[in-house]
Amino acid sequence: MLIAQNITKKFGGVTALNKVNMELHPGMVNAIIGENGAGKSTLMKVLSGVYVDYEGAIVYNNEPLKLAGTKDAEAKGIVIIHQELNLVPGLSITENIFLGRERCNAMGILDKKEMARETRTLLEKVKLDAEPGQLVGSLKVGQQQLVEIAKALHTKANVIIMDEPTSAISDKEVDNLFVIINELRSEGKTIVYISHKLKELFTIADRFVVMRDGCSIESGLMADMTQDDLIRKMTGRAVSGTANHTTQTFTEPALRVENISLKGASRVKANVLTDISFTLHKGEIVGLYGLMGAGRTELMETLFGLHPKRASGNIFVNEKAVQIQSPIQAINQGIALVPEDRKAHGLILDQKIKTNISITVLNQLEKWGIVLRNKKETELSKEYIQQLGIKTHSENNVAGNLSGGNQQKIVLAKWLATHPGILLLDEPTRGIDINARFEIYNLMKKLAASGMAILLVSSELPEILTASHRVLVMAEGRLTANIPIAEATESYILKHAIQHNITA
Amino acid sequence: MIAIQRNNTINLARLQSVIALVVLCTIIAILSDKFLTMDNGWNVLRQIAVNICISVGMTLIVLTAGIDLSVGSILALCGAITAGLSKNGIKLPSADLFIGFTLLGALLGGIIVGSLLGWFNGFVITKFKVPPFVGTLAMLTIARGLTMLWTQGHPISNLGAPFATIGTGWLLGIPVPVWIAGVVVLLAIFITRQTRLGRYIYAIGGNENAAILSGININKVKLIVYSIAGALAAVGGIMVTSRLDSAQPNAGTGYELDAIAAVVIGGTSLSGGKGSIGGTVMGAVIIGVLNNGLVLLNVSPFWQQVVKGAVILIAVIIDKGGNKK
Repeated sequence: MLIAQNITKKFGGVTALNKVNMELHPGMVNAIIGENGAGKSTLMKVLSGVYVDYEGAIVYNNEPLKLAGTKDAEAKGIVIIHQELNLVPGLSITENIFLGRERCNAMGILDKKEMARETRTLLEKVKLDAEPGQLVGSLKVGQQQLVEIAKALHTKANVIIMDEPTSAISDKEVDNLFVIINELRSEGKTIVYISHKLKELFTIADRFVVMRDGCSIESGLMADMTQDDLIRKMTGRAVSGTANHTTQTFTEPALRVENISLKGASRVKANVLTDISFTLHKGEIVGLYGLMGAGRTELMETLFGLHPKRASGNIFVNEKAVQIQSPIQAINQGIALVPEDRKAHGLILDQKIKTNISITVLNQLEKWGIVLRNKKETELSKEYIQQLGIKTHSENNVAGNLSGGNQQKIVLAKWLATHPGILLLDEPTRGIDINARFEIYNLMKKLAASGMAILLVSSELPEILTASHRVLVMAEGRLTANIPIAEATESYILKHAIQHNITA
Repeated sequence: MIAIQRNNTINLARLQSVIALVVLCTIIAILSDKFLTMDNGWNVLRQIAVNICISVGMTLIVLTAGIDLSVGSILALCGAITAGLSKNGIKLPSADLFIGFTLLGALLGGIIVGSLLGWFNGFVITKFKVPPFVGTLAMLTIARGLTMLWTQGHPISNLGAPFATIGTGWLLGIPVPVWIAGVVVLLAIFITRQTRLGRYIYAIGGNENAAILSGININKVKLIVYSIAGALAAVGGIMVTSRLDSAQPNAGTGYELDAIAAVVIGGTSLSGGKGSIGGTVMGAVIIGVLNNGLVLLNVSPFWQQVVKGAVILIAVIIDKGGNKK
């Protein structure tokens, strides 16, 4: 049995895990349940040796366990299979399984025959119909996952942690995965299973542990629980966001989308988005909630013209049908996107604040159609630095040197400079401090009051409830609910984010 | 405060290369009395002019996080095309066709071919997502082969006095190639600092994803940049051809490496987004002075290469050290 005792893990000033206690039983599938950010992944990283500096203790088979790293965890029989698979696509299945543990013969030369033979046995065990010599890159995601499991079995793992194993695979592959999990369970292995899909958990899991806000809340047998019970335990947080009770009604559509679908990136993958239709009105802030992998970011990207080849459906801006095949066309329609990852997609970190803000509107800063007007550029950036309260001595400071909140304001500034009618915000407050957060909420209110339509994607329910006039919920690429803020509660929203009625 | 310090380090890097140049000049001047003469000075600048033209184009490409290995071959091809057009025109005996070219027409012809080849580089890179290193490596071979075909492997010589002026003439007491390089540099500085295109070039190299999301047509920018580099290689080719009064089929071999060296010594990051035309000019001058000095000091050509390589290495290591702080 693997026991976590009072595990606390802090990142800087943020407590990710707060005295977590749990027991993970052998011969069972232990489900870890919780919202985004509840601390599930952090805990798993502690248990699998990714994080080695934490408070508290781990007890494994009645002995205290202090892991030195992932290699050490592996040697002690604890393996984690990450959501993002950890395989080398350019190597064969055998080479992946034996990576770092290659078998050699007496001469010190790779014993390929023996490795291929062992691989074949493992592949049979995980029911993967493939040749040991096949390149991992040529396998489907579901098959690659089986290779990961085979790799785990090869290290004689007794504890196998699976982080969202079904997020990227088809129903048939899920069935196959469950057969294998059942076998591993009957062999007495401890399976730790993290998933957002409650329905799935009722099929496969024996026990559950609910986590919330970095704490372990409750554990027990799945058989004693109903879905509603679990949802209630996941959301019952102490401090609930105060809802934005508004009696305002919005009538003038700014953005209307009909049947937006987005095909998967590869041929074999299922649709990422399916038949999404909704309307965003002028002056309205609509919150869009969904669990990890629900397709929120993909929806934003599609609206911004980033997936012209895979997307289908109709988009209307101010009730006029428009084609949005590229960000340029989106911008021309008055759409702005503040992306989820500001460092990777929002900013040019090495460049000045000024150049980051003006990049979207350089064409308006030219004289004679060619020469940039430096003075006008400086004025523009100063104006937005002041308006958004960006804390800096000079517009010539390098963007990368500012704090997260101020960086986010630069991204907002560069988009507000285009005077958009429709503002798409993807996780605008991620990783920024509480003050900057409220400044951004206030800014959103101000912008909406001036007639801007805002779509706010967030993983945080309190944020959605605080800032929105209406809430849309997504699950598995579909829109599952459209809730007026007066009727929105955390458990109601979460229920729609988890339960997806296929027939809808 | 931190940002201000960082700005200072950039200036410091520039200062470092100025100091390096001064030290280099002082050492050579002490060892050779021929170095600090007007004649030698113009000679050095005239030699540098070609590398500056190519390096300016290379800088624009490297700023977008790309690279162009084909400039040496494009230089040879365009030099040969200009020479051939000006001397022989186009003859098609089968169709009984002859087109003669004025000198201006021949020059334009060479430059247009250069920019088209550069455009083709950009096309392959943007349309088929071929890595710049590979795409332009292919062009290196293709353009060299086309040069051999156009010249039939023989030099095209005796191009006449007007043509020779471009490489050897003087204007207002300054060699014509220096004028040309000067104009190219000023135009490039203007583009990088004062135009939308320049900003887009830096944005693409700084963060290509952010550039795309900001509504920048990155393919168009890359096409333009590679075309400019091709055209500038052609200008370099014309200058080389004119100075020798002969288009050599194997001209410009390895010039792309000198250009990359100038860019790197000048402090432009090969991963894009950071650097300047001014830095590259400094880099080209340092290489030129070094070449000249080593010849004046009668260092054997074999050792010259070793020294040149060592200087590039030292320059980059010093630059890295500066970045870390």
